[in-house]
Amino acid sequence: MSAPSVLLVTRHAPYGASLARSALDAALAAAAFDRPPTLLFLGDGVLQLLPGQDASGIGTRSHRRVLDSLPLYGIDTLYVDSQALAGHDLTAADLPPGARPVDDAAIRALLAGHDHILGF
Amino acid sequence: MNYALLVLASPFSGTGSLTAARFAEAALGRGHHIARVFFLDQGVGAGMATAVSPQGEADPVARWADLAARHDLELVLCVSSALKRGLLDDTEAARYEREAHTVHPAFEIGGLGLLVEATAQADRVVTFGGSA
Repeated sequence: MSAPSVLLVTRHAPYGASLARSALDAALAAAAFDRPPTLLFLGDGVLQLLPGQDASGIGTRSHRRVLDSLPLYGIDTLYVDSQALAGHDLTAADLPPGARPVDDAAIRALLAGHDHILGF
Repeated sequence: MNYALLVLASPFSGTGSLTAARFAEAALGRGHHIARVFFLDQGVGAGMATAVSPQGEADPVARWADLAARHDLELVLCVSSALKRGLLDDTEAARYEREAHTVHPAFEIGGLGLLVEATAQADRVVTFGGSA
């Protein structure tokens, strides 16, 4: 039996709460056990992808730097809610290299196409 | 059916943790198996032995502990989420030289690998979500 596929959905902005960071920690842990999940950024979760994040003033680490380390763990593709991107006036130029904007139909396909969904 | 539960919701705000406990109770009552309940982020508060609920309000810690005792349920608190919130068992209290251990004995502290393992083995994984 092959390992079940896992979609990790992250829907919250990076610094208002620890939830976005916990989502990345879970993704990194899964990848470290050779089970890299698929990542989907929905709604305010797209704000996690903003470039030039400096979190030193709030005593925490840059979320974007953690995101940028994902390819080292075998997570190369980040699926991003294109409607939320537009809503926050973000463009593809703002996003990390592996980011792939997806429309509602593609989001539905991602949700339907994985064995498990972890919703952060 | 073999379930794994991921609890992100704080037991001290909203109803997510209570809903998770009720779901577990119902699933077990129908003969399903729950491989593991993994508490992450604010969800780890469920294991806080020193929490005191106001009179007349639900006691989430006691509810989870009771469930675990009756069904031999494995309850795991994510170690990094737990430590920064002051949730320590004997081992961690000794390691970090803190005076009190604060984790209810029905819970254990473990790494995210236990979530990964439970996810890989379960037929269904149900997240009880947190709020920001």
